[in-house]
Amino acid sequence: MTATLERPDGTVAAPKRPPRWWLLLGKDKMAAVAAVVLGLVLLTALAGPLLLGDAATRQDLDASLRPPSFDHGITGLLGTDILGRSVLARLVEAAGTTLSVAMPAVLFSLVVGSAIGMWAGYHGGRRENIAMRVADVILSFPSLLLAVVVLYVFTPSVANIVFILALARIPIYLRTARAEAAELKSRLFVDAARTFGTASWPTIYRHILPIAMPTLLTVATLDFCFVMLSESSLSFLGIGIQPPDVSWGLMVAQGRQFLQTAWWIAVLPGVAIVLTTVSATILAAWVRLATDPAQRWRLTLPTSKRGKRRVTTEVTA
Amino acid sequence: MSEPTPLLEVTGLRKSFRVARNKAGRNRLTALDGVDLRLGRGETLGLVGESGCGKSTLARVLLMLERPDEGTVRYDGVDPFALKGKELLAWRRRVQMVFQDPFASLNARMTAADLIGEPWRTHRDLVPDPRKREARVRELLDLVGLRAGDAHRYPNEFSGGQRQRIGIARALALEPDLIVCDEPVSALDLSVQAQVLNLLADLQQRLGVSYVFISHDLSVVRHVADRVSVMYLGKIIEHGPTEDVFDRPLHPYTAALMSAAPALEPDGTAGGGDRILLSGELPSPLDPPSGCRFRTRCWQAADRCATESPDPYGRGEEAPDRHEGRCHYPLSLSPIGA
Amino acid sequence: MNPLPSTATAEPDARTAEPALAVEHLSVDVHTASGTVRAVHDVSFSVHKGRTLALLGESGCGKSMTALSIVGLLEPVAEVVGGSVKAGGTDVLTLSRRARRKLAGPVLSIVFQDALAALNPVQPVGRQLGEPFRIHHGLSRREAREKAIELMRIVGIPEPRARARSYPHQFSGGMRQRLLIAMAVALAPDVLLADEPTTALDVTVQAQIMRLLRDLRAERDMAVVLITHDLAVVAEHADDVVIMYAGNVVETGPVREVFAKPRHPYTKGLLDSVPERAEKGKPLPAVGGSPPELSAVPPGCVFQARCPLARERCADERPRLTATGPARAAACHFSEELTSV
Repeated sequence: MTATLERPDGTVAAPKRPPRWWLLLGKDKMAAVAAVVLGLVLLTALAGPLLLGDAATRQDLDASLRPPSFDHGITGLLGTDILGRSVLARLVEAAGTTLSVAMPAVLFSLVVGSAIGMWAGYHGGRRENIAMRVADVILSFPSLLLAVVVLYVFTPSVANIVFILALARIPIYLRTARAEAAELKSRLFVDAARTFGTASWPTIYRHILPIAMPTLLTVATLDFCFVMLSESSLSFLGIGIQPPDVSWGLMVAQGRQFLQTAWWIAVLPGVAIVLTTVSATILAAWVRLATDPAQRWRLTLPTSKRGKRRVTTEVTA
Repeated sequence: MSEPTPLLEVTGLRKSFRVARNKAGRNRLTALDGVDLRLGRGETLGLVGESGCGKSTLARVLLMLERPDEGTVRYDGVDPFALKGKELLAWRRRVQMVFQDPFASLNARMTAADLIGEPWRTHRDLVPDPRKREARVRELLDLVGLRAGDAHRYPNEFSGGQRQRIGIARALALEPDLIVCDEPVSALDLSVQAQVLNLLADLQQRLGVSYVFISHDLSVVRHVADRVSVMYLGKIIEHGPTEDVFDRPLHPYTAALMSAAPALEPDGTAGGGDRILLSGELPSPLDPPSGCRFRTRCWQAADRCATESPDPYGRGEEAPDRHEGRCHYPLSLSPIGA
Repeated sequence: MNPLPSTATAEPDARTAEPALAVEHLSVDVHTASGTVRAVHDVSFSVHKGRTLALLGESGCGKSMTALSIVGLLEPVAEVVGGSVKAGGTDVLTLSRRARRKLAGPVLSIVFQDALAALNPVQPVGRQLGEPFRIHHGLSRREAREKAIELMRIVGIPEPRARARSYPHQFSGGMRQRLLIAMAVALAPDVLLADEPTTALDVTVQAQIMRLLRDLRAERDMAVVLITHDLAVVAEHADDVVIMYAGNVVETGPVREVFAKPRHPYTKGLLDSVPERAEKGKPLPAVGGSPPELSAVPPGCVFQARCPLARERCADERPRLTATGPARAAACHFSEELTSV
């Protein structure tokens, strides 16, 4: 061969495997904290009820509306509600219910909505039109009304709540995924895949999903909050989670009337919702960077300097 | 040179797109308007034209990324648009493309090895053994002048020239007979451009691939192509052996194009002498001029040019070595600038 | 640093007056992830009115950053760390931002490559072209509009009065580039910098735009700094050339002489890579490898890794820009060896 094969050594730093994800996570304090919070929430939801026994439903009218204090053992740590039930125990109990409604609902709508959206956006034309019109119909129909109708007709079981919440949120993912796919399908590397004869689903899976995923995940984490609150509205109307089961949303709803006298009943589950959602959002933002090879190196920097770094690659490129 | 069935034969290709209506109420953009091409085995066909002339659409039709409205593409005598299933997949293997933009044509989330091996995920029978795949990727990396250690790096870790080498390696992964190169070096710096051109020439010698080489850069086309087709507003207005076209252009547009491209003489001066400076710009393909497409910018246009579309005027040998130009007043009959 | 031969002395008739733009020992640092890198290192050149100087080099060589530091449009991560830029008798680098902004237009002005990005998409072009007159001359909207139409006529836009109401996207690439040039020359600057003004354009349009720039330069007696990677454009349109590589000037001198007898192996390598000069069917004499990353520029000669002449001395000692003839200089230890080639 000729001189064309020469390639100067050392022009680029030695090839390296991308750093392990947990090392990257360790470098980003915010994301690490968020991951720990989410881990704790999950752990609580799974193991909490086993440890607590019946503490969440044990009533003690003498202990009604006790404020948070250290005087009454662990169960009294976060105060009690009107029936004297431990708010802490109820929070732990509710974590499981809340997650078992919100997570499947979000996952279901994420998967179904994204799949249809990417399919529609990738193919365009009539398939896209039909998918989008259906999405518009679902979106234009008040989801709460839909939920009320469905849940009055059928029993308000967890599965039905999950189904109805998921159905109402599918258009959100469908639209996002369609927009991403419609833009990505005109990219050259998608054309390249087509010249190899790659069929549409493998192309979507290989080239569209990985790029659209971080955006969809971000939408999903925001939606997580929305779903939890929707569930609480349903519970408030009496067609959501049925007592004696309890969810964070239901706790917020029930505690509203005591907001002035016993703030902890409504505020603490609210804090739980916010903490969980914010952690999920932070983690999603981190995932967005960590899955992008061109951006990943930013995570190895101290947080304060990240914004400045954009120009680097352009200068040295 | 001439052979019974050429590797690629394109006749009467037409393709138009629906676009937003312009002021005159037209909404059909004619990108290809009766294009003929012919390419022999192991040859390079240069396709020259300015942006908007339809050369990229032609490339996309050749790769079956677009379906033509009319006309036929015959590849080894077979029309790929009539193929289905396994046969289509087998055809896909034989024709590949190298894209202009080495940044946009590589998925930034895949490593060099994944990118080069991507075609095998569709053509599983080609290299079924994963260990062999790894070895084959290394071979391909070596073939295009990258190191085996580069296999696990991402596109953003490579320079533009190196990325284009990855794109070429990916096109070679299926061992094609024909590679359509759409402006493969126009995004690269001069010193790197020469490396990539050498690589393409070397691969042709070693593997016997044919190229359709699309470029706006005349000096590059002159260097690599055996034959040249010049496009203007969706039509091929001149075609012939490279040297013949460059030395004795028949069509005024070809002459103007060559004259407009700044040349560099060995004595350090700009060559060319007197320039033919075309006035105006490319007419909108939504509303192409009647008769000869080039007449609005042509310095020798006559009344006849507005009404009659010129037939090819030929010179020299029989096809495929024939030099043809579509002009009523070809330049061989009138001195340039007359 | 040794004094540089002024490029202007190339022509005996060159005005004895001050150059319109004199850049001396300009250095620019860029702060990056892996630390601070020198993107422009000790760059000097000058250009007189009525002449064109080309800054020639490949992407990342620092030519655009040099231009941006002259007009004060560097990104915040980049910083001028040394040298001076004299235009109209003052060192513009020492001026306040406000004073500097006043110079943009009447003294220094720049034309960018990407005309669509440089124009405001939601304002009619007539209004945009009139802007400089309203800001600098305090003209009324109507007067500015007349000036804008006049400018459009000068840069060869047909039916300027009607087209003044159009928006940038309604113009073709070549016409947009004309608009940018019109905006740049609106206030009759002494120095016009053109950063790859024709790279995005077709050859036939490129020829028109370069002709326009040349006519304007002659008509308005401007000094033009042409930033480009295109050797042929330099050969045709520039008087003098400064060739940059990895942030450093490697060769400078009158275009004709430099291109006919390059004294730096990089210049020679570039000239040899032009397909036009090569024999058909033979491999092009390519410069192997690619330019060093700015973070990994070797301590000795910046070009050593790709240089056919490189030897030990090149690794240890960075060659200074030294005179190789009247008005010419090259930064190579072994530049004499190239004369025989």
